[in-house]
Amino acid sequence: MPLKNTTPLHKAIRLTTLTAIFSLSSTVNTIYAQENSTFRVGMTAAEIPLTTGNPDQGFEGFRFMGLMLYDALILWDLSSSDEPSQLMPGLATEWSVDPDDQTSWTFKLREGVVFHDGSEFNADSVIWNFDKLKDPDSPQYDPRQAGLASERIPSIVAVNKVDDYTVEIVTDSPTAYLPFQTSYWMMSSPAQFEAVGSWEDFAADPSGTGPWKFESMQSREQITLARNEDYWDPEHVPESEYVELLPMPEASSRTSALLSGQVDWIEAPSPDAVPQLEGAGMQIVTNSYPHNWAIAPSRAEGSPWNELDVRKAANLCIDRDGINSLLGGLSIPSEGHVTPDSEWFGNPDFQLAYEPETARQKMEGLGYNADNPLQVKIAVSTSGSGQMQPMPMFQYIQNTLDQCHFEVEAEVMEWNALLAMARQTADSGDARENGVNAIIVSRTTMDPYSAFTRLFDSNRIPPNGSNWTMSTNPVYDELLTKAEQAFDIEEQNEILRQFHEELVNNAEYIWVTHDVNPRALSPELEGFVQAKSWFQDLTPVRLSN
Amino acid sequence: MFLYIVRRVLYTIPITLGVTLICFLLVHLGPGDPLNALLPEDASQASIDRMKAEYGLDKPLPVQYVIWLGNALSGDLGNSIANGRSVSAEVVSALGNTLILAFGGMLVSITLGLMIGSIAGSRPGSLADRILTGVAVIGVSVPHYWAAIVLVVIFAVGLGWLPAMGMDPRGSSGFIFDWAHLKHLVLPILALSLIPTGIIARSVRGAISETYGQDFVQTLRAKGLPEWQVFTHVARNACGSAVAVIGLQMADLLGGSILVETVFVWPGTGQLLNNAIFMRDLPILQGTILILALIFVATNLVADILQTLLDPRIRR
Repeated sequence: MPLKNTTPLHKAIRLTTLTAIFSLSSTVNTIYAQENSTFRVGMTAAEIPLTTGNPDQGFEGFRFMGLMLYDALILWDLSSSDEPSQLMPGLATEWSVDPDDQTSWTFKLREGVVFHDGSEFNADSVIWNFDKLKDPDSPQYDPRQAGLASERIPSIVAVNKVDDYTVEIVTDSPTAYLPFQTSYWMMSSPAQFEAVGSWEDFAADPSGTGPWKFESMQSREQITLARNEDYWDPEHVPESEYVELLPMPEASSRTSALLSGQVDWIEAPSPDAVPQLEGAGMQIVTNSYPHNWAIAPSRAEGSPWNELDVRKAANLCIDRDGINSLLGGLSIPSEGHVTPDSEWFGNPDFQLAYEPETARQKMEGLGYNADNPLQVKIAVSTSGSGQMQPMPMFQYIQNTLDQCHFEVEAEVMEWNALLAMARQTADSGDARENGVNAIIVSRTTMDPYSAFTRLFDSNRIPPNGSNWTMSTNPVYDELLTKAEQAFDIEEQNEILRQFHEELVNNAEYIWVTHDVNPRALSPELEGFVQAKSWFQDLTPVRLSN
Repeated sequence: MFLYIVRRVLYTIPITLGVTLICFLLVHLGPGDPLNALLPEDASQASIDRMKAEYGLDKPLPVQYVIWLGNALSGDLGNSIANGRSVSAEVVSALGNTLILAFGGMLVSITLGLMIGSIAGSRPGSLADRILTGVAVIGVSVPHYWAAIVLVVIFAVGLGWLPAMGMDPRGSSGFIFDWAHLKHLVLPILALSLIPTGIIARSVRGAISETYGQDFVQTLRAKGLPEWQVFTHVARNACGSAVAVIGLQMADLLGGSILVETVFVWPGTGQLLNNAIFMRDLPILQGTILILALIFVATNLVADILQTLLDPRIRR
């Protein structure tokens, strides 16, 4: 029976109801509009990265905190997904080395830049930030940031003011790598530090010059950053009003959160989850970036890996395409230490092909066979930053090496324990005690020092660097020194190409793969360009209407 | 009774001291170093030494323990190595979040556990007993980590009814008791209460069915008491052991669940501990374990006292 409620009372009720519905829908629209200008990111970090300037949590800390809230004198160009990222002007507009004294650099600073608290960025700010990391007697000295950053800028010994917008940076020896080093040096606000009085309080109300400003934070839950409308580079004023960053170390939780719409972006979905995410319409974004997953063999005295043919045999016995399949196609099989598209790749003679028969012949030539395999012990972690899927990958490698007269034993460790081992040398400490003669620690190859010098220069054996294998090759040392002192970038790249060819021809590592930095994005998210870098630019990212 | 309580309280002092010593030694004896997670791999020895001195890690272990215990007794648990924040503030905030889950879990597991146990125990061998005991066994046997993932897959991802993670909806700045926030509680509480429900149900069933077999029950029935009144007498006699089991389960829930909190990204003590383990954040580890151990000891103390009040035989 149709209802005919036409009395004045019913009309009033209907009118009120319609008004209420309209108001409600307006409210919902307003809320939606607000949400629409905010996107949420599920990070792999277990904790919100340090907010004071130089962040912790490795390069994820730089990606989501350091380079969001802060700027460095020199930044990375993250606008292209086709070319490897290059350095570009940041808080410094230009820089040059003194041709007569190559330890002296002049940096021209960008004028008109203000920190989020409104104070001005100038030469005094740079000196203040130098003392923050290097001068234990200065009030702003922060042992935490110093520990995190000072090794990334090891060469700088002094910063002198030339004028309000020019500084001289002095290095301990001539090094053409200074521009790379300064890209890891984040500028915190001196005025904000003076206003709050301590780094603990600064962490709760940080101030930098970056494209995002601090909005709010709930410890271990989330941090909200807001668009910096006054960012000095109008091209990089964020499209979205807010971004919320959530620590979510568990991969399955990140996947569920994205699928249920609680976040719009997740870092590093597990390869198993990718088909499900794709099926749900999510965007899977990948790209080559300067990452390396390899087995670093001990070159200490008495190590079986000192035999070139052993290293070559191991390299020829790695089924890199098989590992790529294991990873759901989310990797780039190694052809050398750096990715094939790197300007330092060169043209090595030794090809990292999968040729088990050749590998067996090499091993048999050295007296090894199925009944008398070469016993090696490799330290590997169960998880860890950049380690990808270490255990399945290791087991795959173990099986293939087994066919080439290797008997591979694993020393399985937790990530932190593996790092402790990596800080020592191949012939000392935990490695020696446990009979370990190779180690798997993923590496960045973002700059020449990180990619090569610290790992292969004989002067960089721990505690002076990360040359855990104790590689001591005079040719390496000579080329690395020449590259560091080549102030012409083309000349430097040419020397690094020669070095890389030498490295691969000597099969210095057993190279396996490069990660492709997978991340999954909601179909509504647009504007993101995945650069060939550990760092990414979140400023063009927005939710579609 | 008063002397009994005093005696039980005094017992907790050496237990607590023992716990502090064990937790301190355990976190220090494990492999790895907090500075490994904090400093770049090629940090110089000078940087490492400076940081060690900064956090007092350069001192001998016994000295570190005495300093830590002294500070802890005065309420200062130090600062986190990972983020520099006060350990006390971090633990209190995490504990508050865990309590929200724990109380929800308690409510569900005590209610369901008592119901299932009572029904099954009062009809031993019946179909209802077999079904309910089966349910309880499943509750005990299913790993809650797995259950949590399955619940998320079904109710958050598949049906979209409930949120998959976190304790707040978007834009919220803290937990409040409205439906938008309560929705975040449902799945973690379900996952968390599975095991305690099973354990309580099985214990209560055992205690009830055993008590039903005692002579006084026959006497009560012979006197013509209705069955529900018989049950109240049985329940009163059986509740002593049930309280002890419930106390243990409650202490467990208050300690937070590393696995459930990790799956649901719930910022409680379980997640705090998990992060601290991976970061080797010794002050957070020590502080959290100490607080949780004290809660465990206190909950057991309360359960013991309650049990004694309910069953005077224990005092003898």
